[in-house]
Amino acid sequence: METIHADVVIVGAGGAGLRAAIAIAETDPSLEIALISKVYPMRSHTCAAEGGAAGVKGADDSLEMHFNDTVSGGDWLCDQEVVEYFVSQASRELIQLEHWGCPWSREDDGSVAVRPFGGMKKKRTWYAADKSGFHILHTLFQTSLQFPSIKRYDEYFALDLLHKDGKCRGVVAMEMRSGRFFAYHAPAVIMASGGAGQVFPFTTNGAVKTGDGMAMAYRAGIPLKDMEFVQYHPTGLPGTGILLTEGCRGEGGILVNKNGYRYLQDYGMGPETPIGSPVLKTMELGPRDRLSQAFWHEQKKGNTVETPWGHSVLLDMRHLGEKKINERLPLVRELASSYVGHDPVKEPVPVRPVIHFMMGGIDTNLNGETQMPGLFAIGETACSGLHGANRLGSNSLTDLLVSGKRSADRASAYAKETGRSEDNPTLRAQAEDIVGNVRGLLQRSGGGETTAGVRREMRDSLESGAGIYRDEKGAQATCDKVAELHERFQGIEVNDKSNVFNTDLQQLLELRNLLDVAETVAEGSLQRRESRGAHQRLDFVGRDDENFLKHSLAFREPKGRPRIEWLDVTITRSQPGVRDYSGGKDK
Amino acid sequence: MAEFRLPKNSRIGKGRHFAAPEGAKNVKVFRVYRWNPDDGSNPSVDRFEIDLDDCGPMVLDAVIKIKNEIDPTLTFRRSCREGICGSCAMNIDGTNTLACTQPISEIKGEVRINPLPHMPVVKDLVPDLTHFYAQYATIKPWIRTQSTTPPDRERLQSKEDRAKLDGLYECILCACCSTSCPSYWWNGERYLGPAVLLQAYRWLADSRDEATGERLDALDDPFRLYRCHTIMNCAKTCPKGLNPAKAIAEIKKMLMVRRGV
Repeated sequence: METIHADVVIVGAGGAGLRAAIAIAETDPSLEIALISKVYPMRSHTCAAEGGAAGVKGADDSLEMHFNDTVSGGDWLCDQEVVEYFVSQASRELIQLEHWGCPWSREDDGSVAVRPFGGMKKKRTWYAADKSGFHILHTLFQTSLQFPSIKRYDEYFALDLLHKDGKCRGVVAMEMRSGRFFAYHAPAVIMASGGAGQVFPFTTNGAVKTGDGMAMAYRAGIPLKDMEFVQYHPTGLPGTGILLTEGCRGEGGILVNKNGYRYLQDYGMGPETPIGSPVLKTMELGPRDRLSQAFWHEQKKGNTVETPWGHSVLLDMRHLGEKKINERLPLVRELASSYVGHDPVKEPVPVRPVIHFMMGGIDTNLNGETQMPGLFAIGETACSGLHGANRLGSNSLTDLLVSGKRSADRASAYAKETGRSEDNPTLRAQAEDIVGNVRGLLQRSGGGETTAGVRREMRDSLESGAGIYRDEKGAQATCDKVAELHERFQGIEVNDKSNVFNTDLQQLLELRNLLDVAETVAEGSLQRRESRGAHQRLDFVGRDDENFLKHSLAFREPKGRPRIEWLDVTITRSQPGVRDYSGGKDK
Repeated sequence: MAEFRLPKNSRIGKGRHFAAPEGAKNVKVFRVYRWNPDDGSNPSVDRFEIDLDDCGPMVLDAVIKIKNEIDPTLTFRRSCREGICGSCAMNIDGTNTLACTQPISEIKGEVRINPLPHMPVVKDLVPDLTHFYAQYATIKPWIRTQSTTPPDRERLQSKEDRAKLDGLYECILCACCSTSCPSYWWNGERYLGPAVLLQAYRWLADSRDEATGERLDALDDPFRLYRCHTIMNCAKTCPKGLNPAKAIAEIKKMLMVRRGV
């Protein structure tokens, strides 16, 4: 097996990974960076983010307000020192992107335009039409091309971490094109591999989002934090789960049920606001968790619309007019027309809640440091405590930048301090084990299970036991099911035995990662016996700050289900209070 | 000596046939190009009968269904399934497009699926895009400025100037246009091709960029730019509805103006 030496290895070349790579290359060109990605960088899922990135901009806005919106949006499960740092750096990072050429939309005075978003008291979402993530990703990728110290390994699939004496020392990856294995040795590894929406059947997330980084860290003994908090986005297209940005509502789109009634006013988000004049933090601009939960109740009441793709509510944007829709929401128009045949200029579009984002992830602190020295994590794959129990829309794109930059600075300092690692027998043996394991999967035969079959059962089980609403029985059944599927995983045969671009093998390895992530989501859903943010228990209604103002940490157990430990939330200045989204009373 | 047939090892053989499940009423045939460099065989075309009543609306849905339920060895790239990541570009029914945005219902008769034309094939529907990406990097597709940026705020750009990127900055670099261009097929080593030239013009058109002269210098070359013969396949095939040929014409115009013609 070939060994590649670097100072910092970054796994994942989406927004977070690219931001980190650029930060390292800029600060110290002598550090060699190995940037490993299972897809070509601009195929990463950052490209599908639509609405925009949050950062205080207007004179009437303040860091304090962004902080408060984030913490109350997160139902006080946010680590507040992380939020303080995040809001303080947000605009700086977004300005940096402009300097790198990001084609932000503009106001009349030529400054970058901002739009309202759910759960935000002021307009502070910077956007580039409704392809903000796409333009951010491309800007970062283009910028990264200038730096010779960033060596890219595109279409290399990372398998597992290398570690010795409790310290992370690198990673093993497979080159898709050849099937060859490479051991990357580096004192610092940054995980930037994105979320894991693919554990669910119905998600906005692309096929690549299989929780690879989370699972690698978990297998190396690092806990995954707050995995029970999975965000449903309230407006996905039924059938495909394709996202229609919150920008639809920010621009003034309204949600109605089958009777044409704006039902959100019945769920503590009223009073009804005038059509075409959205009011911040009210009605359609409530937070994502509340809106998704309202859908669930409407469906129970029989107020949803039946479509060929299942139950939906209607997102009406007709009053915005063709000009505004074309300028601000061109992708939304394209997507709604192609995938459900509804042109938002002419008719309301059916939508329903869809799995969108993992608030949880690899347990890190503000610096992106994990419990294992040398291992860092950033972006959606990490859980620094920024998002709490429910992420506010447009905080995640900014987080890629803020966490990417900060963690990169720490990782470079750590790499310089620690120095390159020498080849040694322990790491070599570990790498051989990892590769041997994959070869074993490739070569085994019989068993009668299929990747697609086990994956489907996992997804269905997650939806039924860890969906918008959960209870003891359902969550328990999902824990049992995932444990069963872990066993049955052993019976899957890889049909494609070739070395070249073996996606059959890759999907099996991704399924292994998904199952690892799934067991932590299920276990967290079972053990958090309260309702908070995106985690709602029918049998434990209401927040329980006495017992659960805590992060869950899921540790892998060699045999059996994960072990959950609890960690206090860091509170600096905002004590848990009431989340108020009712008609601007929150002044 | 003229050769009128493909070389022996390139001839496409007859592939396997997978019949529809019993009772399927709405069957469509997908003819999919297969080639695995590992098994030493010639390329072939497999025929899959798919029940459309049990399949999503797009060609990518059918391709994924084949991989999940019929033949897990089928190899292709995909991710976002909504036309923004650019992974699943392939030749469908004779046209380069994204499998995820191409409705099956728009295709009459059997659905023929091949890898993007005229690129080396890695396996099945996966083309080797190394050269395409390398060409993209050669145009230095990042902002280049001389004047210093304001330290604590963004540069200003008027709405009108920002709008000059419309029709350019939506390009997802899927390579559909370049691989549909006969001129690129012929001179792909040296001709940059429509996608990369559209990207080059995206920076020329950006009011914030200050390297126009250098960018034009780098493009002013009989091969890099002037192999565009306005065949227009690029504009016809672009799954995002862009017009790379127009962008190329704009570059040529800028060069003419610079020469004072």
